[in-house]
Amino acid sequence: MAYVQGQTGEWEMVIGLEVHAQVTSNAKLFSGAATEFGAAPNAQVSLVDAAFPGMLPVINGKCVEQAVRTGLGLQAEINLVSVFDRKNYFYADLPPGYQISQYKNPIVGKGEIVLDLADGTSRTIGITRLHLEQDAGKSMHDQSPNETYVDLNRAGVALMEIVSEPDMRSGEEAGAYLKKLRAIMRYLGTCDGNMEEGSMRCDVNLSMRRKGDTKLGTRCEIKNVNSIRFVQQAIEFESHRQVELLEGGNVVKQETRLWDTTKGETRAMRSKEEAHDYRYFPDPDLLPLKLDQKWVNDIKMTLPELPDQKKDRFIRDYGLKSYDAMVLVAERASADFFEAVAKGRDGKLAANWVTGEFFGALNKLGKTVNDSPVSAQALGELVDLISNQTISNRIAKDVFEAMLETGKGAAALVEEKGLRQVTDLGSIEKSIDEILTAHADKVAEYKSGKDKLFGFFVGQVMKTTGGKANPAVLNELLKKKLNS
Amino acid sequence: MSDLTDISVTEALVGLAGKKFSAVELAKAHIAAMESARALNAFITETPKLAMKQAIESDARRAAGRAGAMDGIPLGIKDLYCTKDVRTTAASHILGEFTPTYESTVTQKLFDAGCVMLGKTNLDEFAMGSSNITSYFGPAISPWSGKDPVKANRKLVPGGSSGGSSAAVAGRFAMAATGTDTGGSIRQPASFTGIVGMKPTYGRCSRWGIVAFASSLDQAGPMTRTVADAALMLRVMAGFDSKDSTSVDQAVPDFVTALGTSIKGMKIGIPREYRIDGISAEIDNLWQKGAAMLRDAGAEIVEISLPHTKYSLAVYYIIAPAEASSNLARYDGVRYGLRVPGENLINMYENTRAEGFGKEVRRRILIGTYVLSAGYYDAYYLKAQKVRRCIRNDFEEAFKKCDAILTPTAPSTAFAIGEKQDDPIQMYLNDVFTVPLNLVGLPGISVPVGLGSDGLPLGLQLIGRAFDEMTLFKAASALEKAANFNHKPPFMAGT
Amino acid sequence: MSIDQTTVVKIAHLARLKIPTEEQKQVAGELNKILEWITQLDEVDVTAVEPMSSVNDVPLRWRDDIVTDGDKMADIMTNAPAKTADFFTVPKVVE
Ligand SMILES: [Mg+2]
Ligand SMILES: [Zn+2]
Repeated sequence: MAYVQGQTGEWEMVIGLEVHAQVTSNAKLFSGAATEFGAAPNAQVSLVDAAFPGMLPVINGKCVEQAVRTGLGLQAEINLVSVFDRKNYFYADLPPGYQISQYKNPIVGKGEIVLDLADGTSRTIGITRLHLEQDAGKSMHDQSPNETYVDLNRAGVALMEIVSEPDMRSGEEAGAYLKKLRAIMRYLGTCDGNMEEGSMRCDVNLSMRRKGDTKLGTRCEIKNVNSIRFVQQAIEFESHRQVELLEGGNVVKQETRLWDTTKGETRAMRSKEEAHDYRYFPDPDLLPLKLDQKWVNDIKMTLPELPDQKKDRFIRDYGLKSYDAMVLVAERASADFFEAVAKGRDGKLAANWVTGEFFGALNKLGKTVNDSPVSAQALGELVDLISNQTISNRIAKDVFEAMLETGKGAAALVEEKGLRQVTDLGSIEKSIDEILTAHADKVAEYKSGKDKLFGFFVGQVMKTTGGKANPAVLNELLKKKLNS
Repeated sequence: MSDLTDISVTEALVGLAGKKFSAVELAKAHIAAMESARALNAFITETPKLAMKQAIESDARRAAGRAGAMDGIPLGIKDLYCTKDVRTTAASHILGEFTPTYESTVTQKLFDAGCVMLGKTNLDEFAMGSSNITSYFGPAISPWSGKDPVKANRKLVPGGSSGGSSAAVAGRFAMAATGTDTGGSIRQPASFTGIVGMKPTYGRCSRWGIVAFASSLDQAGPMTRTVADAALMLRVMAGFDSKDSTSVDQAVPDFVTALGTSIKGMKIGIPREYRIDGISAEIDNLWQKGAAMLRDAGAEIVEISLPHTKYSLAVYYIIAPAEASSNLARYDGVRYGLRVPGENLINMYENTRAEGFGKEVRRRILIGTYVLSAGYYDAYYLKAQKVRRCIRNDFEEAFKKCDAILTPTAPSTAFAIGEKQDDPIQMYLNDVFTVPLNLVGLPGISVPVGLGSDGLPLGLQLIGRAFDEMTLFKAASALEKAANFNHKPPFMAGT
Repeated sequence: MSIDQTTVVKIAHLARLKIPTEEQKQVAGELNKILEWITQLDEVDVTAVEPMSSVNDVPLRWRDDIVTDGDKMADIMTNAPAKTADFFTVPKVVE
């Protein structure tokens, strides 16, 4: 828990997040228009989306299923009866003058998300609810000096609004929450979590209170922050802004604010200034949404293993450290990659290689697991060569570099470059003898108590063997010789 | 008046089948009648060219032996139905010259059955009214005229909101017409003009492509001169539509087979509460006469109780405006319809909507906005939804004792244009007998039964169980036969 | 619960209907008459009554997740009172 240091003491952040996650589906929530990103303006709009007279909504069953899957993935209650309401307000990119949403009776109730924090601790964040609703279109204010342009391609796309309890206490926790939520949805295949394309957007509710206080302060809502980094920056800025206000004897005005990425500050939104009265009421064009418990149970049976379960299993089955397991399960692709490498091999060794050299290389190349130049099978082959002592861990790093450069297999490279580890006792002994003879003075020093020189002898032998000497055999033989 | 305009749909189909006349002749006669009746302002848009084209196609189909169930029948289509490439106005200024690129499900079904469209009929703006006087295109006028001193020499309303449709059907310049009924908008104008108006069970006809007024109440239905025509036409209009989530997947029976069958043993309920609530002696008499006719035809008359129906109007005037306030939010000057400029987006909205909507529509939008607004939702909207359930429970109890219910359709005969215009509540009271059905979704039909002392038509309403239109048509056809209403309006097109 | 002029202004704004100042009082009067008439509902005891928002008791039907619509820009834009290229346009909004 990180406190904000003010002039007069320490302050605690109280953060709740509202995430709008685009449901992965082919068609929109209430119309048959496509949801694909990047289409020409107004190309993916039906008469329903554009709210023409007499047009009516019909719900996409897949979107219902996706919401239920997500709810189950968040260990949440699934409400067998939920209701679609109209949220009434006027805006240029909201054609019907209302958004179909769920207000009093959402499809998913209370759930939770467990966060694994960098310091090794974990925290449970409550999920208040998840409901289905329509996205609005897009207004572009910077295309013309006196007009706003409206593109309705997004209008009617299915969103899951996922509301957290105000359980987070730092920007780090907020970031961890978003990453975990995104990972869960990606595992489930219910949202691609792509924040750049707007398929996951976050509203931050933030208030401050003095350390130790239990009463909540007045909160501000920062709308539509579109990256995890920006969420953390916005929290950083906004928490200090509020502390300054409060310490200066001012009040925090409850308002909607905007994160200005270029200026790195939050500011009040003009268009949201007026008090809203959304006049929610059940949409008379739609009947209550009723689910069958058996259908919900069937979906539950098809849920994939989720990050937390996978992490536990990696620790249990592969003997991984909690941190490594956490890193590996953060993305389903990494976890799958790791498992392909680890299957039938030394799990710890595989984890070290995946999280170490492999992730390091991807990072440097700006690639992801999915377009990695080294396949899981190839990395597995390398791990095998280490395990069966064909090469040492150190040599393996060179081999890995070569694999990245040439795309050749590990075994082939070892053979080609003659990197096979020497385990033959006779030849290692011969090298040791040569070194000890050549450095008789150092041997004497060692024998008189300068233990540190052991490493020197190892290094010298390695040098003459081109690093190929089996380190364990070398250590044992050398010790025997020096102590004899 | 030509012979071709005074016959029923059923008769016309016989004539067409027997090659007594062609669809083109039928269309021509009706187009001429429509043109001669322009003083009644029953059509907002006339589509004679389209009608002729459709009639020619109809004759070709019939010649090829592929005639549909209503092939060649010239209809008026209420201008609340979106019609492809034909301006659709909802009788509002706000839709401007809006021309849909799509066809409503119900009109598509009618066209698929071979119907010919004469034009788009006048209505109260967004179907909000009981007189057709709120139309942006001016009031439609009834082909009837009254004898009493107040009404003589004054133009009468054809009822509303489907007033253009009722005027055209009664005035013999459309053979039948479509209506929509949110609180009585098919049945009340039918009663006012001496024709048959049928509101089917909610969910029976698709709402797709019909401009929405109050989504949980709106229902399409036929307006005809005979019960048989209504049965025939409803069968074409009805049917499940996957594009409307409130459409019900129920087989559509051949309603025509119900006609003329015996109603012996059928139990007809008479709601006790409707009698004591100060209705006029004239209406009460007609009602008793109607009950006697059904009794004479073999039905058993039973007294039933609908204790909560007296609250129906109050419930309706919360729910309908609430839904309308939201349904009409889409008319904002952005994607279609009227736009009145403003210095910013909000001003553009406010100017457009202030100019585009008429007084009654504005009033209902304001009421609807208010009853949904923070702090008032529970007291008004939620309360209304609860009383709505009480009303439904009443009907469920009642239908344990009877098969259909008989009530007056409207509390009076048609009034003059200008009457009741200053007091909205007086106007709302027109729907006192019709509104309860919309709140609970039940089917109802108005059958012309007699004339009032002012010489104007009066109808009685039969109410049925949900999706039991068959029983309703049975009873209605018995009532029609017994009443033998053969009065014709003084104005008949072409005469 | 009576509507005053301020309330009229508030709900008119929510509904985006311009009502000239000189008409606001009169509108308040009209609305009050209707609301007063509606208070007859106070007579009904609705404790333990569930609200009813739809008349059919069938569950909501689902569509398949198939793209069946869209790609009809001409249909969407043809009635637009103002447009530029393939966008609807409105007076500029400042966020
Ligand atoms: Mg929200
Ligand atoms: Zn939302």
